Amino acid sequence: MVGNFAGVLFDGIAYGSLLFVISIGLSVTMGLMNFVNLAHGAFAMVGGYACVVLMSRAGVPFLATLPVAFVVAAAVGVVLERTLYVRLYKAPHLDQVMFSIGLVFMSVAAMTYFFGPSQQPVRLPDALRGQVQLLGVGLGAYRLFLIGVVAVITVALHLLMTRTRFGAQVRASVDNAIASAGLGINVNRVFGVTFALGSGLAGLGGGLGIDVLGLDPTFPLKYMVYFLLVVAIGGAGTIKGGLVAAMILGICDVAGKYYVPQVGSFIIYFLMVVLMILFPAGLYGRKL
Amino acid sequence: MTTPAAPAMDARLRLPNDRLRAIEIAFWLVALAAFFVFPQHRVLGSQILITGLFALSLDLILGYAGIVSLGHAAFFGMGAYTAGVLAVKGWGEPLTGLVAAGIAGAIVGYATSFLVVRGGDLARLMVTLGIGLMLYEAANKAASVTGGVDGLSGVTMWKVLGLWSFDLGGRTACFYSLAVLFGLFVLMRRLVNSPLGLSLRGIREGGKRMPALGAPVARRLRTIFTVSAAVAGVAGALLAQTTQFVGIDTLGFPRSAELLVMLVLGGVGRLYGGLVGAALFILAQDWLAGLSPVYWQLGIGILLIVVVLFARGGVLGGLATLREHLLRKRP
Repeated sequence: MVGNFAGVLFDGIAYGSLLFVISIGLSVTMGLMNFVNLAHGAFAMVGGYACVVLMSRAGVPFLATLPVAFVVAAAVGVVLERTLYVRLYKAPHLDQVMFSIGLVFMSVAAMTYFFGPSQQPVRLPDALRGQVQLLGVGLGAYRLFLIGVVAVITVALHLLMTRTRFGAQVRASVDNAIASAGLGINVNRVFGVTFALGSGLAGLGGGLGIDVLGLDPTFPLKYMVYFLLVVAIGGAGTIKGGLVAAMILGICDVAGKYYVPQVGSFIIYFLMVVLMILFPAGLYGRKL
Repeated sequence: MTTPAAPAMDARLRLPNDRLRAIEIAFWLVALAAFFVFPQHRVLGSQILITGLFALSLDLILGYAGIVSLGHAAFFGMGAYTAGVLAVKGWGEPLTGLVAAGIAGAIVGYATSFLVVRGGDLARLMVTLGIGLMLYEAANKAASVTGGVDGLSGVTMWKVLGLWSFDLGGRTACFYSLAVLFGLFVLMRRLVNSPLGLSLRGIREGGKRMPALGAPVARRLRTIFTVSAAVAGVAGALLAQTTQFVGIDTLGFPRSAELLVMLVLGGVGRLYGGLVGAALFILAQDWLAGLSPVYWQLGIGILLIVVVLFARGGVLGGLATLREHLLRKRP
């Protein structure tokens, strides 16, 4: 029973870390630009497909495709941000919602057209398959790897935000964009770089997640709620909030599906509504 | 048309006038004429009418009260299942079925409205989305009542008013939908031009100032949200009764998203926008999805982005701008 519980907890943490990597970009851009972006999952999907294409058509090993997933998704993010998103920063939320739903539909159609509607396969390296025995509990090797990668990314992000000049500029812009611009920070450029970084991380998460979340053209629709949830529960614009929210979600979702499968995803939606009522601005958020 | 307004007075400055204008009468006559001109497309026609009613219900909260909802299908599906289950259990009378569905929608809507009036746009989006997904999961898991993913079949309806039975060609379905749509439309038109409707517009334009005028903002928003949910429930019931089937997709997120799309496409906040948007959307869907579902999704995506970036206000908004432009040119 205890081992069982530990296994569920472990899977939940692995799932939560994946959600965190994908959603953290959304959290920062939402806090930074107050932009309701439902299309964030599309960047994760782009990264996932970049991995799959490189693996299956060019024979590149899985681990080597992950940086490419980051770069491709970041590049797509930059292009879209500079051409389309930038026009809607000041628009009402409804327009932003409609625009990003439009992007989701287009990405779904494009991926169906190029790669077909089916699930994409992933071949993990041998070292990451199977289980590792740790303190008498069998843990999935790939999930352990996932948690490790995300831990490294989290520390790196934390250092970036707290110790570098760029991080200080981002924090200043989140707090007050107008005052920051008055102090000589190029807020526009901060927006662009942050968006690229966020999309890139989503792409990386998409690639990492093929084995756990699956990958098919409806990916951005299927997981849209989860990504939004991380932001809404954690509070937009904070890394800590995103991390806590992603872990809560991941663990509750896995535990709910394991212990009460007859209720299914109901738990997660219920949790979401309750948390949104108790914390309208998120656990660590400021009022939007 | 006996409004004694000074001819030079700007139309926007006039007090709201309740009479159907000539162009509105023409609109409804065209809808009625389509019923006789295209007898082979009556099934599609009733789809348009029902979706139009659904879009109208969203326009009440989005266009007039400024509440963004991503889960309006919850009330539509609630109504559809209420009417469907009633008929399966042996009560197939259509009109009371509509009333029951409207009440069911209103109850869920009233409960939801307390959550929705709190918080900003993002919280509203998440709460409506969450309620929609919760109901979807509930319907999915309660397969003994709702039929689960297979849908609820065996819905047998009695004759409408004891006179007209539902036929395969959709003659009764189409006329019945048109009658219900028109009746509710007149009611809603009255509602948005009433003091309640005006205060809702005030809340939309300046939510911070309305309390200073003594308007109970939260109560007004709850009222309109409940009304909107009831109308959505009736629309769902219409779909269940005319197709004699309830699929679980009536509760699904795509339905909520598409609803937003057609409303924005037609034009938000002018009642007719929902009707025009629903008609254009379903006709385009019928045509493009016939070619390929991929084209349809791509097309709708492009359309949305174009409307948001270049054509704020949708089709009717664009027409209104054009009209003002032409009127100004004339001496």
